[in-house]
Amino acid sequence: MLVIENLSARIEDKEILRGVDLVVPDGEIHAIMGPNGAGKSTLSYVLSGREGYEVTGGSVTYNGQDLLAMEPEERAAAGVFLAFQYPVELPGVGNANFIRTALNAVRRARGEAELDAVAFLKLARAAIKDLSMPDDMLKRNVNVGFSGGEKKRNEVLQMALLQPGLAILDETDSGLDIDALKIVADGVNALRSEKFSALVITHYQRLLDHIVPDRVHVLAAGRIVRSGGPELALELEAHGYAGLEAA
Amino acid sequence: MAAVTETLETVDALTGSKYKYGFETNIAMDEFPKGLDEDIVRLISAKKNEPEWMLAWRLKAYAMWRKMEEPDWARIKHPPIDYENLYYYAAPSGPAPKSLDEVDPDLLNMYEKLGIPLNERAALAGVAVDAVFDSVSVATTFRKTLAESGVIFCPISEAVREHPELVKKYLGSVVPVGDNFFAALNSAVFSDGSFVFIPKGVRCPMELSTYFRINARNTGQFERTLIIAEEGASVSYLEGCTAPMRDENQLHAAVVELVALDDAKIKYSTVQNWYPGDADGKGGIYNFVTKRGACRGSRSKISWTQVETGSAITWKYPSCILQGEGSVGEFYSVALTHNYQQADTGTKMIHIGKNTTSTIISKGISAGHSNNTYRGLVKIMPGASGARNFTQCDSLLIGNDCGAHTVPYIESRNPSAKVEHEATTSKIAEDQLFYCRSRGLSEEDAVGLIVNGFCKDVLKELPMEFAVEAQKLLAVSLEGSVG
Repeated sequence: MLVIENLSARIEDKEILRGVDLVVPDGEIHAIMGPNGAGKSTLSYVLSGREGYEVTGGSVTYNGQDLLAMEPEERAAAGVFLAFQYPVELPGVGNANFIRTALNAVRRARGEAELDAVAFLKLARAAIKDLSMPDDMLKRNVNVGFSGGEKKRNEVLQMALLQPGLAILDETDSGLDIDALKIVADGVNALRSEKFSALVITHYQRLLDHIVPDRVHVLAAGRIVRSGGPELALELEAHGYAGLEAA
Repeated sequence: MAAVTETLETVDALTGSKYKYGFETNIAMDEFPKGLDEDIVRLISAKKNEPEWMLAWRLKAYAMWRKMEEPDWARIKHPPIDYENLYYYAAPSGPAPKSLDEVDPDLLNMYEKLGIPLNERAALAGVAVDAVFDSVSVATTFRKTLAESGVIFCPISEAVREHPELVKKYLGSVVPVGDNFFAALNSAVFSDGSFVFIPKGVRCPMELSTYFRINARNTGQFERTLIIAEEGASVSYLEGCTAPMRDENQLHAAVVELVALDDAKIKYSTVQNWYPGDADGKGGIYNFVTKRGACRGSRSKISWTQVETGSAITWKYPSCILQGEGSVGEFYSVALTHNYQQADTGTKMIHIGKNTTSTIISKGISAGHSNNTYRGLVKIMPGASGARNFTQCDSLLIGNDCGAHTVPYIESRNPSAKVEHEATTSKIAEDQLFYCRSRGLSEEDAVGLIVNGFCKDVLKELPMEFAVEAQKLLAVSLEGSVG
């Protein structure tokens, strides 16, 4: 379970998060929506431990562990996964090698046996098939020369293989056509279980047609200003975010 | 000291130089005087039982060296080297450790990270006895297999005695004795090194490596290597070892000469990891090396691959003289500097023959306070119609206090030649590191992965087993470079 209490954070002198309260129980998928500049990406980076974001107050625990005290890689080992809004290119680094190295780092940290290249490839090929991705996805260099849609699908592939307990999807739907959107949604839905939870950050309702959230929250000016069921997303789609900050 | 002498003797006995004429084998190493004069040159020559012509050759080099000045054009800085305060023969380095317990734990730790088996770690750390005995069977087995195919692979001191006609013909034919200050010095005082001869039409049945040549560990600072591939012959030679040899010697000035005749191929791979000095830039090897290959024959090919991570100073430009029609020169280089290391390295491709081609791929990585310079010359002579060169020079910076410099010289005297040069400089981006870490990689593993990706085009040129160790080496060499 993810518990965020009164979380404040800033970048340099700019206050971005101003007291976020949020609880995501295991087994649930919550959507976070909100206008540009509301702090959605900041929230995802603070949760995953990116440098440059200074937490000025509040706390975050995941399964009882103090996330804010952990290094990014320790958070990954604890089961936190961030699907990037802009996945990063790693020239010369093979995708299969990258994912296997990551998977084995996480498995090591969890006290599980590492996978050899053969066992990993078997697993990865199966995941690729499930996600209807092209076979050469593993052979190419990490995100280099990938189209926008391929980059997002690569995030989902990594997520499928790393099997996180908590996935944070930072506008994974942006720039996706409807087929790619479905693939991404299928990837998340396939992970649904009693032990899996997700924070789906998005601008638009359309992703939520495919990943039906248990709860929808509206982040505006650094705070959660409204929460509700899936119907809240439809309401926002109809009326926009105007006036929410005052609410 | 006794252990050192014993090791040297065992090594010499193994490799065939048996001190038959009993020249002062009982002289303790530390009784060799410091400094260089004609007597020292004579002493070295006599110690190796060299014929008169070899001594004359050394003395000629010595006389030339005396008149030369240390080059100062490289982008390196160091206090003046006092050539009168150096040992020129098997410099004493204190007693060899008797067991692994006596070896610096940092060193052992690094061997472990490189995945070197325990008995080899002992050998690399210079633990005398086991190392030698472990290698006896290895050395002899290899030499037998090689001899069956007509390949000669032996210490150059042995070649001087056993194959004088070959040594006379080729030694100094690619790097003349007076070529440069350090080459002249090496020619005067070279202690030992490898000699390789691949006869006509023979493809050398195995990768040749100094790693197996146990005496290579004790050849000291002035190695001399000569490799000859006759018509249609081919050989792949691996130099150095992937683990750091703690070497007390400050100056290392080697010369390597390669000769490829018609249709011959020589692939020369180096992983250089000499002691780089400490984090404050104290100590470390000054590595001034002259390496040059002559593609004398038509369609011959010489390929240099180097991974340079060690030494306080690296001054090294493995080059190809592309004389034969259609001959091919290649240079693949990774040079990594950290802390206060300085590297000024690159290549020269001299196109003389028609339709000669050369490829240069250089990857420089700078971290800490280090400086890393690529310096290269592509020269197309008037007769080199249809010559082609492609150069790619990439620099990667880690941190804000290091420097990367690219100094390419291109001289084309033939209008039909085509020369391409591409260069990039980049930094390891914060978002790359965070991306890797968010997937569970530690910061150091992330840097290792990114750097290895950057060097991929070069690493893939290395023989397989070398490539794996070189990858680990790059990661280990960068420890502490971030955060």
